[in-house]
Amino acid sequence: MYAKITRLGLPLLPHQLEQVWSVEAKIEFEASRHATVVDFDIPDKLGQFVRLDEYFISRGYGLNVGIRDHDRRAEWSTRQARGAQRLYYRLEAVPQSEDDPGEQSRHLPAPPNTPTYEEPLASAIQDVLGDVRDESANVFTFVSQTLVKLNAQAPNDNVMIIRNNLERGSEAWVDRLIYVLAGANITARRVRGVILEDRAANQHLTPWLEVHNGTRWEGFDPQTGNRGYPENFLRWSVSDEPLLRAEGGRNVNVSFSVSRYAKSPTMVARARGVANDTFLASTMLYNLPVNSQNVYRILLMVPFGALVVAFMRTIVGLPTLGTFMPILVAIAFRETELAWGIALFVLITASGLSLRFYLERLQLLLVPRLCSVLVLVVLVMTIISLVSAKLGIDKGFSIALFPIVILTMVIERMSVIWEESGPGQALKEGLGSLSVAILGYLVMKNEHLTHLVFLFPESLLILLAMFILMGRYTGYRLLEVARFKDIVEAPSSDAKPHP
Amino acid sequence: MLSRIRKLKAAGVVGINNRNRGYIMPHNPRALYARVDDKVETKRLAIAAGIAVPELYGLIHAVREAKDFERMVEGRKDFVIKPAHGSGGKGILVITDRRRDMYIKGDGHALTAAEVQHHIENVLGGVYSLGGQPDQAIIEYRVKFDRVFEAVSYRGVPDIRVLVYRGVPAMAMLRLPTRSSDGRANLHQGAVGAGIDMLTGATTLAVCKNRRIVEHPDFGTPLGGLEIPGWPALLLLAARCHELAPLGYLGVDMVLDAELGPLILELNARPGLGIQIANGRGLRGVLNHIDAAAPLPTDAAARVAVMRAYYEGLSDPPVDL
Repeated sequence: MYAKITRLGLPLLPHQLEQVWSVEAKIEFEASRHATVVDFDIPDKLGQFVRLDEYFISRGYGLNVGIRDHDRRAEWSTRQARGAQRLYYRLEAVPQSEDDPGEQSRHLPAPPNTPTYEEPLASAIQDVLGDVRDESANVFTFVSQTLVKLNAQAPNDNVMIIRNNLERGSEAWVDRLIYVLAGANITARRVRGVILEDRAANQHLTPWLEVHNGTRWEGFDPQTGNRGYPENFLRWSVSDEPLLRAEGGRNVNVSFSVSRYAKSPTMVARARGVANDTFLASTMLYNLPVNSQNVYRILLMVPFGALVVAFMRTIVGLPTLGTFMPILVAIAFRETELAWGIALFVLITASGLSLRFYLERLQLLLVPRLCSVLVLVVLVMTIISLVSAKLGIDKGFSIALFPIVILTMVIERMSVIWEESGPGQALKEGLGSLSVAILGYLVMKNEHLTHLVFLFPESLLILLAMFILMGRYTGYRLLEVARFKDIVEAPSSDAKPHP
Repeated sequence: MLSRIRKLKAAGVVGINNRNRGYIMPHNPRALYARVDDKVETKRLAIAAGIAVPELYGLIHAVREAKDFERMVEGRKDFVIKPAHGSGGKGILVITDRRRDMYIKGDGHALTAAEVQHHIENVLGGVYSLGGQPDQAIIEYRVKFDRVFEAVSYRGVPDIRVLVYRGVPAMAMLRLPTRSSDGRANLHQGAVGAGIDMLTGATTLAVCKNRRIVEHPDFGTPLGGLEIPGWPALLLLAARCHELAPLGYLGVDMVLDAELGPLILELNARPGLGIQIANGRGLRGVLNHIDAAAPLPTDAAARVAVMRAYYEGLSDPPVDL
């Protein structure tokens, strides 16, 4: 259960919403009547984000998605295309719920070969790296220092040579940095990502620098040398390959737009589970068909109704007609709603009871008599439905869900108690059952509980523990405290000793 | 509320949950329930052990035999029909007299043979039995109760309930039918329960519908100080019932017949706790005493002595006496 909350981000309360980012890449190009193949780099691992879903929108194109050289790419192809073409790729992502331990690359990337720089670049790089080497402790601080130096406001000659008038923040700049770092045998790579910002249109990918220190990759801002990634940085591509290749197209352009919307977190969690392909996700009831889901929504709540019954009987000591009858009536109340449910219950029991008393005069045997009452109960229910339909009250229809057999037994038992112990006792037990049913209904209808138990069916184990505890309870029932009152608190005026 | 719970605890009052888990579950093996739940079986065991029970006139097993009841009661003015597996006095029909072809019930109502037959059919159908399973109907001798109880019982038969714990009589009460209990001697149906001094056999306090009373609700006669004749014999009889059905927590219902003396009416594997109210004391004290005296003697008289030792050792008389 804990894992479900932390790993899948399942919400503890219903109606919570989670923010989902939607990133759309729009590819535009002019087609030249020939066969066209568009090869587009699509994200695989998203860094701080998890992919929920992705959509490819491309009319008239064949689509092929695959991984090539550790790089996930989509390939659209068509035999003939003419004029302006547009292809869309949409990605939905949510923040990773737990901090990702980082990309644990199993294969250590090979350290780069030290390039042979040309003069004067060679000595400039030598000088810069030499300066930094004295001031840094490990790979990451080394990279950081180098970047600070290369991005200095007042660059010295060495830095000027290295900069080579490259626009800082461009892909070329990042490539340059990688080239320089290779001089110190540092493995670095260029990644591209989208900085998520709501309602941002025509965005382009931001290049970023990633450095490997022998165990993991770490991001560095190529312009400041700061460690880490920008906030809401969705890593799109880690490849040296071009983002987009279009054979048979001209004026190729790709732009990104970002929007954010709220989605039910259970859906998000579900998708997150599927995306991570965890065992946890497969244990979720959402994997069932919707029909069965609804059945389980009710079924899983039955133990809570039983909890009410157990509590009322063993702790409070309220008598009920039959152990599970209140639960079944409570389930019926779910359909009819409370006020109607109570009215219908009273109506059916009352009419059933009076018919039962009439049947008593016919002196029937037990089972046929029960069946006769059953017939009468069904007839009464039919009549109620018909009458309420005439009156335009649709609540009357849901009466059909009343557990008729149970009601019949209730009527029989009430009538026996009526004869044996008088109407008072019969009404007392009838009302006891009804109030337990009402309580049970209120508990079983509780949205929070339903939500919780549906997402975490294992929480029923807590209930099991409660039942076991209750089974070991040997204290007084609350009503017994009143019953035994006179043992300890007999009014002395009443209980005078006999003469 | 809490202070009352504390007081009840201090008084050693046993609650239902405690009774079930602390006494019935460990001491009453399920297999033995059949001996007490089936009154025919109880009767058979009692006769075999030489314990007096009301004479069995007849047993009806099936609906088609129901009309035979007239043959069974032929020549008898009065009799009782009860379910073999009944509980709490349910389904007991007492016929006190016959006039022409009518049967007169305890409350004076006249029933036709067909109505009596219908009652038997209900019994057979399981209306009154535990769990509703098909049942048998017992037709037996109607107890003519001892005249000592005449002034304190309304119609039905007063009986003596002794709670026998591990073979030792622990507590007892006299159960007196009232108008509201419809002549039945079950406390939860409104009968009066009068606590009995275990040493002397005299009634002490009384309870009706869980409340302490001093007078019979129907007659206004005082309920305390009533001497039960032959008390030591009754105690011994109750203790011997443990041998019929070795249930650790057993309710023994006895009647004093005017002619036949003490008779065992039935045994009960789940005796209620109202006996505590009738006696104005909790059960825990005596039950603990009996537990402490284990292993208990096999001789019934010696077991009664265990009980006497407890009550003689009590310095305080029952509450309010």
